[in-house]
Amino acid sequence: MMEFLNFYVVPGIVTGSIYALGAIGITLIFGILRFGHFAHGDLATSGAYLALGATALLGLTPWAALPVAMLLTALLAYGIHRLFYRHLESRPKILTVIASLGIGMMLRSVVQVVWGVDPLAYGSGIARAQAFGPLMLRPREIATLALTLALVATLLAFLRYSKWGKAMRAMSDNPDLARLCGVDNDGVTRLTWFIVGALAAASGFCLGINTELTTMMGWSAMLSMFAAAVLGGVGRVEGAVVGGLVIGLAEELSVLVVPSPYKSATAFVILLAILLLRPQGIFKGKVL
Amino acid sequence: MSATAARDRPQPILIMHQVRGGYGDADILQGVSLTVMPQEIVVIVGPNGAGKSTAMKAVFGLVRIRSGAIVFDGEDITGWSPDRIVRRGISYVPQVDNVFREMTVHENLEMGAFLAKGDLSAAFDRIYALFPDLKAKRHALAGDLSGGQRQMVAIGRALMLEPQLLLLDEPTAGLSPKYMQQIFQICRDVRDSGVSILLVEQHAKQALAFCDRGYVLATGANRHEGSGRELLENPEIAQMFLGG
Repeated sequence: MMEFLNFYVVPGIVTGSIYALGAIGITLIFGILRFGHFAHGDLATSGAYLALGATALLGLTPWAALPVAMLLTALLAYGIHRLFYRHLESRPKILTVIASLGIGMMLRSVVQVVWGVDPLAYGSGIARAQAFGPLMLRPREIATLALTLALVATLLAFLRYSKWGKAMRAMSDNPDLARLCGVDNDGVTRLTWFIVGALAAASGFCLGINTELTTMMGWSAMLSMFAAAVLGGVGRVEGAVVGGLVIGLAEELSVLVVPSPYKSATAFVILLAILLLRPQGIFKGKVL
Repeated sequence: MSATAARDRPQPILIMHQVRGGYGDADILQGVSLTVMPQEIVVIVGPNGAGKSTAMKAVFGLVRIRSGAIVFDGEDITGWSPDRIVRRGISYVPQVDNVFREMTVHENLEMGAFLAKGDLSAAFDRIYALFPDLKAKRHALAGDLSGGQRQMVAIGRALMLEPQLLLLDEPTAGLSPKYMQQIFQICRDVRDSGVSILLVEQHAKQALAFCDRGYVLATGANRHEGSGRELLENPEIAQMFLGG
């Protein structure tokens, strides 16, 4: 039982939190800007490596480098919007989707040129797990869960209570009516990219600190993140969180049933099943 | 107070003069002229494709205007952007998709006052006094309401900024006769609170019976105008589309 908790459930929830942070960004872009953002995984990779750069250049500890990386990735996401996606806004959305695939390759290549293709790590040493009753938790796992909880709670409160958060929900709900109400849709778009970039960086950083940094890390995790966003209901932040946790747990638990190379296929199976059976997702999101 | 002021200087709140325009190359509006007086309900009726909704959208800056002028409260607003027009005192309720379905009734009203700064409680009190049904449902999602209640949310949202002129595009479309009369009664209450209303109606007979004045549009131009009663009694109009 303890083995089951510590070797499957705990890693599943940690992986799930990482997916959740990525899936929130995907679901916000889907809901507000109405396209699938396939550079999202590589945006997370960029954030992870920017944090690494901040530890090296500024001499920060990894966790202190995270806010720097979140800010830089937010600016990066906004810059990508300004330079590329914005010019495609009035064209069919499929053009932006394809463009985002290209942007993803570009980001990945820049990371490969700057940091090389070999796996890297934020720090050395093996973190010892601490016992909490029957649970064995590593400090980085506790920090990942706490960070996810804090970011999700902040975002949900922002969307629910702040004026600009309501404007984001209004634009996701009915962009024409939002404009009639005097909402500056371009301003909401900029804000969305900032939030999405910061969350992507947090997701990439947590993935890096719990495993290792590779240039393919974000790209490989992105399928699971998309599955999480669709499972939770497109456009629904709370859905992306639940979806992320379900996908993370399902992937870790799948090795009990199928050989571990098939672990990453689990997300695929769930994605297919949800699209067939309940395309609006758990939380009644937009049907694609 | 505004009623006396209106009687002292009976200048129109809205003047549309010989407006031509449309969405693409073809002009849907072929010279539409109309006026709305302060505290007046004016209805635009006409057969399908007459350009009723387009005429209304032209007032709100949603149509490319090729020639003619739109004057609101003494100021030429031709070619203004919708958000500037909202700030100037005109609100518009589209015919479809006119609420935020995934937001609560209260949040919908709040979005109507997005451009306002400061305390909104007086505005909320005013709207909830006008629509007691909405106060009970304030925490319900707008998408879960009935068609008539949703229409009230849409009108309430448009009234949050205290506009001088309210534009309603077929507010009774798809509603039961009971709700239609309720919406008309709300229009009268809104008018009596000092707001002018311009609305487009598919239900010509009922709309002409309740409005102060009406315009009949056909093929993008004025065909008839007069008080609702005059228009209802005109045999030519009855022939045209009232099914009589």
